[in-house]
Amino acid sequence: MPAAPPAKGARKAPRFIAGPLWLTVPALVLLVAVVGYPLLIIVLRSFSEPAWGVQNYVWFFGTPVNLVVLQRTFEVSAWVTLACVISAYPYAYMMTVVGPAMRMLLILCVLVPFWVSGVVRTMAWVILLQDSGVINSLLKWAGLGTVRLIRTQLGVVIGMTQVLLPFMILPLYSVMRGIDLRLVQAARSLGARPSRAFLQVYLPLSLPGVYAGAIIVFILALGFYITPALLGGPRSVLLSTLMQNQVLSLLNWGRGGAMGVVLLVATFVLLALAAPLMRQRHKQGARR
Amino acid sequence: MKSTLATAAAKGAAIDIVSAIKRYGAFTALDDVSLHIEPGEFMTLLGPSGSGKTTTLNVVAGFTEITSGELTVGGTSMVGVPAHKRNIGVVFQHYALFPHMNVGRNVAYPLTLRGVGRAERERRVARALDMVKMADFAHRYPSELSGGQQQRVALARAIVFDPPILLMDEPLGALDKKLREWLQLEIKRIHRELGTTFVYVTHDQEEALVLSDRIAVFNHGRIEQIGTGRQLYDEPATLFVGKFIGDSTVLRGEARVSGEETAITIAGETVTTRRRIADGARPVMLLRPEKLSLARPGAGAGGRNRLSGEIAEAIYLGSGSKYEVRLRDGSTAIVRSPLEAESFAIGDAVSLCFAERDAKLLADDDQADLILT
Repeated sequence: MPAAPPAKGARKAPRFIAGPLWLTVPALVLLVAVVGYPLLIIVLRSFSEPAWGVQNYVWFFGTPVNLVVLQRTFEVSAWVTLACVISAYPYAYMMTVVGPAMRMLLILCVLVPFWVSGVVRTMAWVILLQDSGVINSLLKWAGLGTVRLIRTQLGVVIGMTQVLLPFMILPLYSVMRGIDLRLVQAARSLGARPSRAFLQVYLPLSLPGVYAGAIIVFILALGFYITPALLGGPRSVLLSTLMQNQVLSLLNWGRGGAMGVVLLVATFVLLALAAPLMRQRHKQGARR
Repeated sequence: MKSTLATAAAKGAAIDIVSAIKRYGAFTALDDVSLHIEPGEFMTLLGPSGSGKTTTLNVVAGFTEITSGELTVGGTSMVGVPAHKRNIGVVFQHYALFPHMNVGRNVAYPLTLRGVGRAERERRVARALDMVKMADFAHRYPSELSGGQQQRVALARAIVFDPPILLMDEPLGALDKKLREWLQLEIKRIHRELGTTFVYVTHDQEEALVLSDRIAVFNHGRIEQIGTGRQLYDEPATLFVGKFIGDSTVLRGEARVSGEETAITIAGETVTTRRRIADGARPVMLLRPEKLSLARPGAGAGGRNRLSGEIAEAIYLGSGSKYEVRLRDGSTAIVRSPLEAESFAIGDAVSLCFAERDAKLLADDDQADLILT
């Protein structure tokens, strides 16, 4: 995570921390065993089932539905990320300025959903979003008519935003907490209107948190399964649902694997594109 | 270059605070504070933490609004004017440099906000950085500078737009002693060159004496006394001021008036003064260490005002000696004696001598002991 600006003085981080590297062994073993090995198998099977070759990839890119769904997956993830940034930013800011009791409450509001299973939360959204659900009843009562939410892309975005919001709020909060509010005061004394002081001082300093949170949310959204499967309809299927279909219903591990690999590569490409942006902020914002 | 600097600089503005009161709920941060600061003056607000000095600074800067009272700068009321419209430079204790901008952009920031053209902006940034001797650092980021360097950049940023007033909130508080002393002289030089009104907040009385034209001593949200360093040292209006500025010996006694003279009994012995005090009052006598002298009991001159005691501590300072003398009632007097004076050892019985005019009689103020160690 990008570092917060240091309070004072120039400090140089030690280049190499000599320490007991073996302490990382348990985590390393776990990662290799439950992530690395299965991943390897998936990649292998995508090239080897039913026969060796790239036929699964030819199929993927040759079938228009797949490409439509891939594009839709990225679109929905982008909307969810945007919705998360917009709703998390003021929330995280409030967490930094309120008193300790209020802050505790705000943190609790973020964390409690974490303790409730995603399935339960998604089912709650099914009830809220359905045509005769709470939201539509309220809209009707207010004389605004009804909106189709369940089994639409909008419904999926709403549900995913709620589930992924904490992953945006927490990195944002950790960066904002390190921003010295006296900098805003200094900008005001130098002649900046409150809006300019925010845009030119606070916002740039909070961007590392926005980037960190956005990348986490976007990547999680790309592979999200339960919420889009339950809230979405046939016209809002995401890649994860297609994959599940290939693997569990059609038992076509090769094609499912190829889809997974395509998504993984796309994610890496995206991270590579975002990396220079992150480095830039880091160089300007903090210690070297 | 130097002469154009002085003429190009804006002249300072006067600041008038009249009966300012600031309350936070039940807590009164400023309790009827009135202060007039002359254009171009170097005024220091001195006091312990929580005494209201920083609140006063924030009121002038526009970060805090007073509950009641009046504030004018250069004859214009500033009540209700937001901070960004006041055109006042502020230097903060923790530098408050923008970490995402390099030194040049930090200093240029107030000019950018004012729509100053690029050529003019560069000229003025260079001039301001030159003034604080940081011209070679324009491309560095704040995180690459030491504390002293950061504070000099912050100073450049606060003066680059030629504000008529510069406020400084303990700007040297986070720096070590050597650097602090050097920067004090730099600040004094910059004040002379600019002619801007400086308002400086500190809790360090020595710093206040070095820098200021006048000092306002704050305590419990009130101003105890305003005056030059010399006035505050020689003629403290209250016991708090006497103890806060410089070292002092505080003796408590009881007054008895007889004819022209007032006799004050301290620790069983009596000293006299011509000053008029109510009979039976319990004044406090304040004595500066260099105005006290020591003599062997019964020996030498020293006039009538003598108190007996015993040397509790003797410290050789090179330029002289410092003694702690324990009096009969247990109170301690601090004496600084010149090199050529007779020397004493711990345990020696001595007479503490002083001239009547050097003893300041003040009203007792029990709170003074709680605040000062």
